[in-house]
Amino acid sequence: MGLPADLKSRFPLLQRTVHDQPIRYLDSANTSQKPQAVIDAMSRYYETINANVHRGSYEIAVQATDALENARAKIARFINAPDPREVVFTKNATEAMNLLARAWGSANLGAGDAMLISEMEHHANIVPWHMLAAERGIELRWIPVRPDGHLDLTELDRLIDGVKLVSVTAMSNVLGTLNDVRRLADAAHAHGALIAVDGSQFVPHRATDVQGMDIDFLAFTGHKLLGPTGIGVLWARSEILEAMPPFLGGGEMILSVTKEGFTTNEIPWKFEAGTPMVAEAVGLGAAVDFLTDLGMEAIQQHETELTAYTLRTLNERLGERITIHGPSEPGQRGAVFSFVLEAVHPHDIAQVLDQSGVCVRAGHHCAKPLLSTLGIPASTRASLYVYNDESDIDALAEALDACSDYFAL
Amino acid sequence: MSSLDDLYREVILDHYRSPRNRGELPAPPAVRTEGFNPLCGDEVVVYLQVNDEGTIDAIAIGGQGCSISQSSASMMSAAVKGKTVAEARQLIRAFKGLMSIHEGEIGGDGSEAEQGIAAEAETATVALGDLEALKGVVKFPVRIKCATLSWNTLDQALTEADSQD
Ligand SMILES: Cc1ncc(COP(=O)(O)O)c(C=O)c1O
Repeated sequence: MGLPADLKSRFPLLQRTVHDQPIRYLDSANTSQKPQAVIDAMSRYYETINANVHRGSYEIAVQATDALENARAKIARFINAPDPREVVFTKNATEAMNLLARAWGSANLGAGDAMLISEMEHHANIVPWHMLAAERGIELRWIPVRPDGHLDLTELDRLIDGVKLVSVTAMSNVLGTLNDVRRLADAAHAHGALIAVDGSQFVPHRATDVQGMDIDFLAFTGHKLLGPTGIGVLWARSEILEAMPPFLGGGEMILSVTKEGFTTNEIPWKFEAGTPMVAEAVGLGAAVDFLTDLGMEAIQQHETELTAYTLRTLNERLGERITIHGPSEPGQRGAVFSFVLEAVHPHDIAQVLDQSGVCVRAGHHCAKPLLSTLGIPASTRASLYVYNDESDIDALAEALDACSDYFAL
Repeated sequence: MSSLDDLYREVILDHYRSPRNRGELPAPPAVRTEGFNPLCGDEVVVYLQVNDEGTIDAIAIGGQGCSISQSSASMMSAAVKGKTVAEARQLIRAFKGLMSIHEGEIGGDGSEAEQGIAAEAETATVALGDLEALKGVVKFPVRIKCATLSWNTLDQALTEADSQD
């Protein structure tokens, strides 16, 4: 096993320089870079079969429709969904969560109903529920996060009692924590609740099996898994999708429209109003092929090894000057490192590192409740993917060391 | 790190490491105004006390943030202390002019460019002293908001102080 040694060379952007230094792209939890194969698949689509889908009877319109539906089938296989009709294309994970909150939430959550999320959620899995809560008075409960970066499940039975929906991330975009989704799914179902999972960080990095996890909804976003921007997925079990009211109204999502009203299309098209993102779906399909060829097991192994290397290297090089948040055991976390460097603000770190070609993110990472639990206003985050290697980590450690010296009193 | 030295001038690092007028004032009588940069989580709190003659006789700065936002706030507090409200307003315009010259150059719309030129004229007539050190920030557009955060907050504090009497 293992990943090909020349992997970086398949990503055109990673060949460029920044401030005359080789680029060290360490912001993949934010968005990933794209392999040539994905870029080519999208160009080829536009060069050869571009047409609107589900409406033309001519050759290229049929080919474009097939390309869209083939991509859907690939993505269904990638997450081990039993039926491609369960894969709904959205703009991104945020829209997928909003679809869930609007369509399922408005039909199933009313005044006095409770739902459960966690303190480590991205704003995409918080704000749609706040909006629903403000509108219809639902109760939002929170699973706390322990100082070591794991969910605190000691009170789970009490918290989950009486809720209608549990919605949690499979992997934290700030701490890299991998959550025990199966345990939460079992607890939810035992209490008669459904469970939605934010897979934005998990799906790109680990083999995903919606049936094995026994979950009801999964949201994720294409641009973090080597695919293009502008496409995301909401997966849900078909019987749930069948029972849900539509989300947006317009073309594609209807079977018929009269002056009196309309009837909705079958799933998944019922949730895909308007011309869909065909080229983006093709690109996402190519990304999924690329990842499958590499092998999700090999990716996991690569990232776990690199995680161990990163924790060791940063701690050795920076010692007392650095605090890395999140689980310390490489097997229990993804390759996402939020850290605080003594006496240097994240904004300054990111700026100084940029001069060495090192791209990291500074700020609250769209997870303000988590940062306030951790008691830090902002952090710097380095996050890795298939194309990163030890030389990137060495460059990070070197640049952080220089940065710490630069700002030293 | 030579181009960084344009940004992190020695006087900036000095104000960052030993911020002036750091602390709180009892409000009231002082006004207390908060400013946030939602992008990076920086926050600044300005406490301002204006006496009956319209002079700023006390100012204190709270909050947390990066070296640019913190040093800008520190220099600002030193620059406006003992000044009249009108002089402080003039300084705000001059400082924002210093920061917006760049916006005009990198293709803000026409009106912004014109404002930039007007502000530039203002800049020329007001002595900015140490604050000139922040000029390097305009080469790093994402940091301009860090530098102007405390000034926008002061602007708001002056308005609140005005409406108090
Ligand atoms: C855990 C998590 N959920 C949701 C999102 C939202 O993704 P998008 O902005 O593509 O909708 C992100 C990424 O920013 C994320 O990290």
